[in-house]
Amino acid sequence: MTTNLIQAHGLTKRYGDFVAVAGIDFHVAKGESFGLLGPNGAGKSSTMRIIAATSQRTGGDIKILDKDPNLHGPQIRAHLGVVPQQDNLDTELTVEQNLFVYGRYFGLSSSFIKNKIEELLDFAQLVEKRDVKVDALSGGMKRRLTIARALISEPDILMLDEPTTGLDPQARHILWDRLFRLKEQGVTLVITTHYMDEAEQLCDRLVVMDKGKIMAEDSPAGLIKTYSTKEVLEVRFGSERNAEMSEKLKQHCERIEVLPDRILMYADDAEKVLEEIIKQGIHPITSLVRRSSLEDVFLRLTGRSLIE
Amino acid sequence: MSITTEPKVVKPYGALYVAEYRIRNMMRFKALIVMVSIGNPFLYLLSIGVGVGALIDSNNLIDGVPYLTFLAPALLANAAIAGGMDETVFPTLHGFKWGKIFFGINSTPITGSQIAIGVFLAAMARVVFLVTIYWIVLYLFGALETSYSWLAIPTAIFAGACFAAMMLALAAKMENDNLFFTFISRFVIMPLFLFSGTFFPLSAMPIYLQWIGWISPLWHATELGRFLTYGREISNQMLFLHVAFLSVILIVGLFFAVRYYTRRLAK
Amino acid sequence: MIIATAVEIADRRAGRLGDKYYAGRARSVMNRNFTAFKSSTWLVVLSGFIEPVLYLFAFGFGLGQFIGDVEVSNNVISYAVFIAPGLLATSAMNGAIYDSTWNVFFKMHESRLYQGMLATSLGPLDVALGEIAWALLRGLIYAIGFVAIVAPLGLIPSWWGILAIPASVLIAFGFAAIGMAITSYISSFQQMGAINLALLPMFLFSGAFYPIEVFPESAQILIKALPLHHGVSLIRGLTLGEIDISLLGHAGYFVIMIALGLFFTTKRLTALFMR
Ligand SMILES: Nc1ncnc2c1ncn2[C@@H]1O[C@H](COP(=O)(O)OP(=O)(O)O)[C@@H](O)[C@H]1O
Ligand SMILES: [Mg+2]
Repeated sequence: MTTNLIQAHGLTKRYGDFVAVAGIDFHVAKGESFGLLGPNGAGKSSTMRIIAATSQRTGGDIKILDKDPNLHGPQIRAHLGVVPQQDNLDTELTVEQNLFVYGRYFGLSSSFIKNKIEELLDFAQLVEKRDVKVDALSGGMKRRLTIARALISEPDILMLDEPTTGLDPQARHILWDRLFRLKEQGVTLVITTHYMDEAEQLCDRLVVMDKGKIMAEDSPAGLIKTYSTKEVLEVRFGSERNAEMSEKLKQHCERIEVLPDRILMYADDAEKVLEEIIKQGIHPITSLVRRSSLEDVFLRLTGRSLIE
Repeated sequence: MSITTEPKVVKPYGALYVAEYRIRNMMRFKALIVMVSIGNPFLYLLSIGVGVGALIDSNNLIDGVPYLTFLAPALLANAAIAGGMDETVFPTLHGFKWGKIFFGINSTPITGSQIAIGVFLAAMARVVFLVTIYWIVLYLFGALETSYSWLAIPTAIFAGACFAAMMLALAAKMENDNLFFTFISRFVIMPLFLFSGTFFPLSAMPIYLQWIGWISPLWHATELGRFLTYGREISNQMLFLHVAFLSVILIVGLFFAVRYYTRRLAK
Repeated sequence: MIIATAVEIADRRAGRLGDKYYAGRARSVMNRNFTAFKSSTWLVVLSGFIEPVLYLFAFGFGLGQFIGDVEVSNNVISYAVFIAPGLLATSAMNGAIYDSTWNVFFKMHESRLYQGMLATSLGPLDVALGEIAWALLRGLIYAIGFVAIVAPLGLIPSWWGILAIPASVLIAFGFAAIGMAITSYISSFQQMGAINLALLPMFLFSGAFYPIEVFPESAQILIKALPLHHGVSLIRGLTLGEIDISLLGHAGYFVIMIALGLFFTTKRLTALFMR
């Protein structure tokens, strides 16, 4: 008996000839908040659906609460709350009906569901919207309702597939706040995202995925420490001159990345680098000193940006 | 598909670009369209024409002609109407709601009215195709008696155009597609289909139901068709009235189609 | 009182036959449909009845004036009496096919409703059975409505006609089971269009509108192989009170359809719901 709620070895998913998940290993421990970070098409959703026992793996092994999802789908799903990438709320029903009907799918008693609904409407800040049909909700409200719905069965693991993609900044912050509270309550979270700030905010530990493979695994801070410097200097010279300038800049930093619109110079003290190059008579159009982020980790690991 | 042409060039041809896009879209379904276009007339003529015809002709002739002959122009006009509806209702709902393509097209210099007219023209292309095939099948079944029965092709297309224009307007106006489908198809289209003198003369219905025929483009087109395919006796005034009614419906339908398209795109 | 958790409820069924497909809660899917049904417009609800009734008036009473009486085996009956059972069988077919093909396809691919259901501790068989059961319940209500309208008009001469109601549910079950099995093999709206194309000849050549004896023997053999013909014959036998062994044959046809349909639907459940 392990304390890991989820344990995967060589997990693979093919769609026809196409390999979406190419043999990955990972585990999720009880109470932790685990993230899958990667660009679109990395295979995050495919992995999530396999964990959620709604899609069958085509290779490798996975155990969720020590059970094989191919054999014990309903029993495993009773432990899970699922927030899919695209909302699939029941558009023919109201907010409250959505929650009630969903609770019944789990076989929960109606008195239990009714109490739970009050708590969840409050949690999702949807008390006033209880009798509104789902179509009339904003994107952020729909997302919160989907999360509330996933919580109706008091799941041990909450699965969130890109919980804030497509939301405006304010709606995202409300959602992060709600998820943070769940985390504090000890709910195990499995989150996918292609936003580094989201991963940094919410995840204790994450894997970086690209093209169906896991490129690295650690805490956000650990990943930054391993794969990047403390700080980054971003400089721009105009798109024609960036390549030419990079030759001259190379010697001033630990590592350099030339993007189409800017140059990233990695160093532990970026301020000093900036001073140095200005002393050399190099004057970028704009310059910016910032801390390293997961974006830099991803760039280092794959040579590409997270959001393309 | 993106349309990026200078406004000056687009203006007169905008509708044609939209029509071209719609027809390209239909071409993806061409196997199905051809199969339905040929299959439908055969199946209807064999079953209702021959099957029900056997029951009727052994009793009495309607209008003094075999039932198949009586039925043929009504089926022809009805096929045109069904085709015209198919190619306006779904593209409109799709364009506004499901796929939201129209909003993309509208962000180019192409206007709402050009989109409406373009969808209409594409629908008419389909109607012309299927009516022509239908007429050929009717001919093969020997359901056409006059030498000028081909004139029933344009009258049927006329009916198809009327419905296409009306549906274009309605589908753009109605935002609740679920209700729209159910309501329009079951409470409007179906009664019009059944009670427009399609399967039996309007006069066989109680007088208080006969108005259904009068407001139905299907009846007017069918009467014209019967005049043209087997020489049903109809006075000149009535012939004029039928043509006038269809013309009014077509013009009013197109007017509202253009108006509702423009309005909904501006939302 | 101790309230069972989702996990306890799911674990109760663990180890039983088919526990990965069926959680024993098809009812919760019906409950969802009932909730949606309650809040839909009464017009939509009513419209389920209207189609066969309109056909009955147009053909039975309109066209019927030109047809007069029809001879079926040894009975001479009016045309309206002749087509009423045909229309009942046809509307049972149409409703069941719609629910098991378009409706399932839509909830699968467009509204993704089933993805939501299957993220819970329901199994795919709960969803399939719940949907079929709901379709049948609705079919039952519509059949009762139709009989309630046509019986007072004298279009159901025999008391055996009461059995037309369960018979039309049987017919609906057969078509729904086959329809769902077919939907599991379908991946595009184009292919859905082909289903409608296949239904048309069944509708037109079922014997609902005229005795199929007008066609040559060889064509009749083909028609008699089609399921709707058996549905029409079964219900017509009951409404006319012509009870004989052939009715069992017609009913048997649907029992086989149900068995085959359910067999393939179950076999394809993973393909249908867990792609
Ligand atoms: N049902 C499917 N059929 C075929 N290909 C799929 C299917 N689902 C996902 N894919 C493909 O698998 C790859 C990974 O998809 P997904 O797991 O959704 O990635 P992510 O969630 O990281 O964006 C993509 O290239 C996608 O096109
Ligand atoms: Mg995804």
